[in-house]
Amino acid sequence: MLATKNISKTFAGVTALNGVDLELHPGKVNAIIGENGAGKSTLMKILSGVYPDYEGTILWQGQPVRFSGTRDAEQAGIAIIHQELNLVPYLSIAENIFLGRELTTAWGMLDKKEMRRKTRVWLEKLKLSADPDHPVAALKVGEQQLIEIARALQADAQVIIMDEPTSAISEKEIVNLFAIIGGLRAEGKTIVYISHKLNELFALADRYIVMRDGSVIGSGDMQHATPEAIIQKMTGRKIDQQRNERTSSLQPLLQIKDLALRGAQRNTPARLHGISFQLGKGEILGIYGLMGSGRTELLETIFGLHPRRCAGELFINNQRLSCGSPAMAIRAGIALVPEDRKGQGLILDQDIRSNISITILQQLEKWGIFINRAKEMQLSRDYIQRLAIKTSSPYKKACELSGGNQQKIVLAKWLATRPQVLLLDEPTRGIDINAKYEIYDLMRQLAADGMGIIMVSSELPEILAVSDRVLVMAEGRLTADLPVQDATESSILKHAIQKN
Amino acid sequence: MSTIALSSKRAQYIGRFQSLIALVVLCIVIGVLSDKFFTAGNGWNVLRQVAVNVCIAVGMTLIVLTAGIDLSVGSVLALCGAITAELLKNGIELPSNNLFIGFTILGAVLAGLLTGTLLGLFNGFIITRFRVPPFVATLGMLTIARGLTMLWTKGHPVSNLGDGFLYIGTGWFLGVPVPVWIAAIVVLLALFITRQTRLGRYIYAIGGNEQAAVLSGIHIGKIKMTVYAIGGALAAAGGIIVTSRLDSAQPNAGTGYELDAIAAVVIGGTSLSGGRGSIWGTVLGAVIIGVLNNGLVLLNVSPFWQQVVKGAVILAAVIIDRSNKKD
Repeated sequence: MLATKNISKTFAGVTALNGVDLELHPGKVNAIIGENGAGKSTLMKILSGVYPDYEGTILWQGQPVRFSGTRDAEQAGIAIIHQELNLVPYLSIAENIFLGRELTTAWGMLDKKEMRRKTRVWLEKLKLSADPDHPVAALKVGEQQLIEIARALQADAQVIIMDEPTSAISEKEIVNLFAIIGGLRAEGKTIVYISHKLNELFALADRYIVMRDGSVIGSGDMQHATPEAIIQKMTGRKIDQQRNERTSSLQPLLQIKDLALRGAQRNTPARLHGISFQLGKGEILGIYGLMGSGRTELLETIFGLHPRRCAGELFINNQRLSCGSPAMAIRAGIALVPEDRKGQGLILDQDIRSNISITILQQLEKWGIFINRAKEMQLSRDYIQRLAIKTSSPYKKACELSGGNQQKIVLAKWLATRPQVLLLDEPTRGIDINAKYEIYDLMRQLAADGMGIIMVSSELPEILAVSDRVLVMAEGRLTADLPVQDATESSILKHAIQKN
Repeated sequence: MSTIALSSKRAQYIGRFQSLIALVVLCIVIGVLSDKFFTAGNGWNVLRQVAVNVCIAVGMTLIVLTAGIDLSVGSVLALCGAITAELLKNGIELPSNNLFIGFTILGAVLAGLLTGTLLGLFNGFIITRFRVPPFVATLGMLTIARGLTMLWTKGHPVSNLGDGFLYIGTGWFLGVPVPVWIAAIVVLLALFITRQTRLGRYIYAIGGNEQAAVLSGIHIGKIKMTVYAIGGALAAAGGIIVTSRLDSAQPNAGTGYELDAIAAVVIGGTSLSGGRGSIWGTVLGAVIIGVLNNGLVLLNVSPFWQQVVKGAVILAAVIIDRSNKKD
């Protein structure tokens, strides 16, 4: 029903898609798999009318079509749900679902009653208990996603494209989303599902389509596929997932005693309660927790981002540290690679060089007045080489690089401060598998050199593969502290879900 | 990928030259239409008039680069000019203590600059401490400073400030008008700050991504206060030049100057959302506005039409800048 013939697309001379032939199976969940830059998103944007100029043909129910815009595609029955959701935060749920397709009465007035009624039907179907008049901003990300699905269903979409829908939602919401996707499939809707997470694709998808370098490399039934085979198709090489079995007696590096964090407003509940743990020299500590468990807040508090709300004690090398400000934390030898690389990690409009040097500009100053450009250049060249950042020059802007390379820049800017403790918040979110493994290798190397690393991740396989020890958080408390040998996906999840 | 980098770099160069080309074309057109334009006298006249806007607009550029704005510069200019003039002319008299403090030219000028710096610091403090949007905070200061000017001068101009002081606004040094020297020094300093120093990097970083800047350990509040203080000091410098040139501090001086400064910044290609732009662009922007003003006067265009033309040029500049960046 939906297929492409020989689709190509270039951006400013760079080929993004190269003769893609694709066939989507109707009434199935079709998983599109590929590294960043493989062309998945570009292809989906062509299918959904975001990019109207391309070479080749789209066949929709046997007929060649060309969509002039997303509205056009939606009318034909193809809807896309982007990774960054497209809702108007301060409009109500009902207003968002009917945005641009408002129902009117015979008088030409908005038929709010009918829109509300239909919204309630959709919400019920999607098992979301919310008032149609509530603003979308009050909903969680996972719930907002459901509103997008309701929007697509209201538009009577036959094909629903989802771009990395689980990258920002909690495990519980993922389970719910998968149930809903299953329901849609049962109704005969065609789902196109883009994701990096292999294990979730095995749980969900009927078909897989692997893309690499702008072409479709292979496709088939998910039933007959193995993760290894798919990874090999994605990367063109074999990767064996190695597991850390290192145990050693470790010198304590960072000690945290009774750390607590109050809520941001007076009436909001506390975010962290009595957190105590130790990090040893050369240890990689994995922290797992569901969304809202306080994992990000824990790292932020250690890094001094919430000085007015925190209580408790922090020692680094037995020296007491007050969590006063990021500048103090940096001086004490702590670095934080934040969760949101584009929003918190990088200055996208600036070049690689200035992004890397920003944390240590003071040390690069000559006579305390101006920046020593030669030294700065040397610094960025060193890190470009050491972390294998793929770029033609240090003067390239951060926004022109792929996710994996961007993440490496953020790592570089923090390694430049020569930290003793490295805090990593979702260090491999949204980056391709190759870069992921490079980052794992780097972490092991840094730990071997004596750095203490705390990694927050919501990917269990990642936690198990990289950590020496696993801490589990739930509702602002530590619920488990396990050596990695004793940890399994199910034991970690059990502690993450438990109620206090 | 390399072609993208190349074309974006090329676009940057073209963008840089574009304002320059526009300026040259503008000069040629006016020169053809009026034989008075290309004379040394007129040239210095234009630059002397532009000097004040350059000073203010350079400060404005630094502020806009941090994604801020300063609407109070016109009023601050008037207040600082008035303070300098009044101190120079009458000094401070405290009858209760039977005390009189007289001011030399240097003393009065420094007092004016200090006032501007403090007013700027106050702007920065309100913005960072209470998280008031810069637009609103400086809008408040616009009114406060104007009111203070009226109080200070009791609504009357302060005139006859002595020949020594007039040198600042009307004198010549090495064949170049003194205000042009001042503006040139301000521009050079600002170029140095933005290109070579940590402060400059932090300014761009804050405007480019404030969150990332915070996480990088940059003390955002300190940098913003500094930037607004510089903006205030440069407005004061403008005020002193204006006062000297007219030999009089007018209580309503500088009205609308903030808009000319913002126009220069915008024509110069600095993004109002911060993080992108340059001092050079602003200088070109200010000169373009100055040449345009001068040319329209020389061509006897009605003052009403002058405003229409100026507005149209601002829009055109931004539209061209935008379409360039899209490619």
